Amino acid sequence: MKAWLLLAVIITSTVTADLLQSHEMKQHGEIHDFRPSGLRRLLITLARKRNLILSVVCMAASFFAFMALVQVADLSFAVPASAGSLVIETILARLILKEQVNARRWMGAALVAGGVWCLSL
Amino acid sequence: MNPRLRWKTRAFAAIVILSNAFGNLSLTWGMRHGAGEITASPLSFIHAVFNPWVSFGIVLLVLWMLSKMFLLSWADLTYVLPVTAFGYVLNAMLGRLFLGEMITPARWAGTLLIMAGVTLVGLGTPHAGESR
Repeated sequence: MKAWLLLAVIITSTVTADLLQSHEMKQHGEIHDFRPSGLRRLLITLARKRNLILSVVCMAASFFAFMALVQVADLSFAVPASAGSLVIETILARLILKEQVNARRWMGAALVAGGVWCLSL
Repeated sequence: MNPRLRWKTRAFAAIVILSNAFGNLSLTWGMRHGAGEITASPLSFIHAVFNPWVSFGIVLLVLWMLSKMFLLSWADLTYVLPVTAFGYVLNAMLGRLFLGEMITPARWAGTLLIMAGVTLVGLGTPHAGESR
């Protein structure tokens, strides 16, 4: 029961974090400058983005729940089971982020989701 | 998609996959060897974080988070998620090899399904709008 509760926390916070992160990084645009000075400027800019800060908070919640989960469950269960978020994220990426999701990606995501489900059996 | 962007995308996808898998392995190893039991108290988490294996795992997972953020700055979430899902297969393998976990036939079947899904998505390009 504890493992499933922790898993629910992980999935909810992961979905929220990924959507916020993807939205904010798209707003920022492609990163070209990978020099230390460029990365420093980038981190300063990103640290001021409210959605990104919120996404980091969600990732922290997910991470601490994961730390607790690997103590009570196998790694080969904990990691794939937490990927149950993938299907929800694909649907929400289409609905909220308005990403173009073609048939190949839907099929790929479905196979991955099916595989994740088998791994968690 | 130009060759430079394709190369950059694949390199970052590899970093995302490897840092996640080895970060999780190190974290799990540390949580089961000397990190103490996790309770509702925040002090138990703080104590666990100072375990060297847990710390190293966290460093790798920070690298994973940053590289994934970079990748998301030019690639769609619906491309990034399935491609980096290969990490789940790698996690299962590392769990079997280093943590002595039993991987059932159902879990191996899941591994093959994930690999098929990853291959299918990987044949495309990061931006869904581009021609294939």
